[in-house]
Amino acid sequence: MSAPARRRLAPDPAEAAREALDRAALERAWSNPAGFVGWLTSANHKSVAIRMIVTAFGFFALGSALAAVMRLQLARPENHLVGPDLYNQIFTMHGSTMMFLFAVPVMEAFGIYLVPLMIGTRNVAFPRMNNFGYWIYLAGGLMVWTAFVLNIGPDAGWFAYVPLSGPAYSPGKRVDLWAQLITFTEIAALVAAVEIVVTTLKMRCPGMSLNRMPLFVWAMLVTAFMVIFAMPAIMVASTMLAMDRMVDTHFFNPAEGGDALLWQHLFWFFGHPEVYIIFIPATGFVSTLVSTFSRRRIFGYPAMVLALIATGFLGFSLWVHHMFATGLPLLGESFFTAASMMIAIPSGIQVFCWLATLRSGRVVLRAPLLFALGFIALFVLGGLTGIMLAALPLDLQVHDTYFVVAHFHYVLIGGALFPLLGAVLFWLPKLTGRMPSERLGRWSFAVTFIGFNLTFFPMHLLGLGGMPRRVYTYGPGVGLTTGNVVASAGAAVLALGLLLFFANVAWTLRRGAPAGDDPWGAETLEWATTSPPPAYNFAYLPTVDGSAPLWSTRERPVVTGLRTDVREVLITDGIDATPDHRHRLDGASIWPFLTAVAATIGIVTALFTPWGVTIGALLGLITLTGWFWPRGAPEHAIAEEQP
Amino acid sequence: MSATSPVARARALDVSALPTIVYGPRAPLWWGVLGLVAIEGTALAMVGVAYLYLRQNFVAWPPEGTPLPRLGAATAELIVLLASVLPMAAVDRFARAERHRLVVLGLTIGIVFGLASMALRALQFAGALGCRWDSHAYGSVVWTLLGMHAAHVITSTIENALLLAVLLIGPVERKDFVDAHINAFYWYVIVGLWVPTYVLVYLAPRWL
Repeated sequence: MSAPARRRLAPDPAEAAREALDRAALERAWSNPAGFVGWLTSANHKSVAIRMIVTAFGFFALGSALAAVMRLQLARPENHLVGPDLYNQIFTMHGSTMMFLFAVPVMEAFGIYLVPLMIGTRNVAFPRMNNFGYWIYLAGGLMVWTAFVLNIGPDAGWFAYVPLSGPAYSPGKRVDLWAQLITFTEIAALVAAVEIVVTTLKMRCPGMSLNRMPLFVWAMLVTAFMVIFAMPAIMVASTMLAMDRMVDTHFFNPAEGGDALLWQHLFWFFGHPEVYIIFIPATGFVSTLVSTFSRRRIFGYPAMVLALIATGFLGFSLWVHHMFATGLPLLGESFFTAASMMIAIPSGIQVFCWLATLRSGRVVLRAPLLFALGFIALFVLGGLTGIMLAALPLDLQVHDTYFVVAHFHYVLIGGALFPLLGAVLFWLPKLTGRMPSERLGRWSFAVTFIGFNLTFFPMHLLGLGGMPRRVYTYGPGVGLTTGNVVASAGAAVLALGLLLFFANVAWTLRRGAPAGDDPWGAETLEWATTSPPPAYNFAYLPTVDGSAPLWSTRERPVVTGLRTDVREVLITDGIDATPDHRHRLDGASIWPFLTAVAATIGIVTALFTPWGVTIGALLGLITLTGWFWPRGAPEHAIAEEQP
Repeated sequence: MSATSPVARARALDVSALPTIVYGPRAPLWWGVLGLVAIEGTALAMVGVAYLYLRQNFVAWPPEGTPLPRLGAATAELIVLLASVLPMAAVDRFARAERHRLVVLGLTIGIVFGLASMALRALQFAGALGCRWDSHAYGSVVWTLLGMHAAHVITSTIENALLLAVLLIGPVERKDFVDAHINAFYWYVIVGLWVPTYVLVYLAPRWL
């Protein structure tokens, strides 16, 4: 299927000529400066998102390398490859990297790339803010990894429980670095979340009422709302921790009326929704893949949307199930057991809708779909152990054992990484204009799937056998050797599968066949433009009258009358997407980068002195003044009449 | 609108007649600020929850040896902030009418109110709380509540000052009036957040 907008405009040569003129004008208005400067100043959602995706996968590689070291260490009992201190840093860095520097940013990056294309607009709502968020994210990752290389990596776990992480038991800078990593990644995640909410609610193309929005966009919208309400909790908690360590406040110090459990409440009020912040975008990927390769619209669209929203709300009512072993009142724990089991309902609805779509469609079994199918199997397994863990008596038995490690790797790798890999293969043609290798795609799926199960399934048994988490070794002859050997061998297979996957990506970039606009015959608007899309996304913004615009044979008008000489977009009503007004977006600027530098100086200085906050604020004031100072764009001058 | 494409008008949805400057929930920036407000409001609420949570660990609240927080400066600040809504509401209204001078006047008065609020806040830190942040967990949490809210007052006042500078130095653009109106919206929220903060820090110890 070709792009409907262009197909419908093509026949008349005069129209084609005008379109070429309009494209040339749009290209001038929307293109970014080339080269290194363009890198620092970009206000294009696609280039920022691709950078963010590549960066996130870079951190994924680093986090995976740490996992490999842990599996090597645990490959035999009483191994001395790494000592306990380094092991503490390694598992802390593995968890923090995977959660804060890989999973959340990569999902948001896909949202930032795809949402404007899927809803038929030219950019995100705040393009400069977008660029700022990227640099802050990169700075946070570089800071903590530099520290790790210098042997001052955080070592109190990715959850940094007090009192271990407090000033009394963790002197030195390690935990401070963790707290500041949180500051960086929270800013970046919140910026992206507001970006996605406003873009989704205000910039959908005419006709795309909420009930016609692609499920991936719904998933990103729900995720963004969860970020907005979950992340402040960890922001507050990590600030309190930093203050306890730096300026002698007593939030978590029981001797002065503070409370260690306050940390756990605040952390998990963020930490549990965090799982869904990673998982919900993945369900958006799966819905897209299942629908495209079943050649039919998703079964039960309203149920799917309601399930996403229900998951978003319920995700906030489960946090205490991480704290069952802390001796909270039994009545409260029972409530959270019930809530934790309840969240299986919307997840179950989604699984059944996917199965129904597959069953009633004409399935085309391509590599991206394999990853989605793998997801369904692994996520069901992870979900089942989740229901087991929600039960208080069972949780108390396996708390802090490898059973929990197995459970959440099934949920996070099975539930998020598999769909993500499928999504990478699926959208790679759009991002690069080239097709990935189907054969390599299938092999990478098979090897990854087998490797994953070999690695993590034995961990269920190890956990039931009593192997504790976060301990750097185990004794011989206690029945833990076989399981660990299998898991370590599985990790090698898993690594091979992932290497095959990235070899495929590299092959695609160099040798992949040209993809064309819509190689998969998909339904959503990102396939209605060239691959890769031009800086302005669409020559004419589309309009839609259904939820699968590219599968519709009805002719639809396109939007005209937007200026082509400046970065103008159409703002529509939040519910019905009726055209409301024309809005001019900001272009490329160096100030977001400089503001990120100012913030980084402030945050890093705050590791050593509380004055860092003041220094960062003053520098930020200067750069923000530069950012918002008007350039006197003549077409917006007050004297001119509104056209 | 010479740059507007005349392509396919017959089969096209022509939006060239739509306005380019709008106010309130129609403007994307208004939604962006709403997002910011949701984040800041949630963060402040989290500290409020921590305040109530920490209460459980004490027999007396404020703890033995710490006096009840004195009401004078904080109540004066409450009055100042509530009164500051008037000039900012004027900014809001005159911005929509693009009345340059009146917006400048309203912003100036708004900034004066912001500075008065900061001065009164400084007095609270200096003595009205009756404890330091490192005295005990009670001290930590009340200092943090007041400090977080103060950060918003300072940020918003600086934003108003920047906007005032833009309006005075120029070149003035129509979108500056949208910014002025959104600054007013942000200010209302900050005033609104002071009410529960005031109740929690100054009145709750008298009841709990």
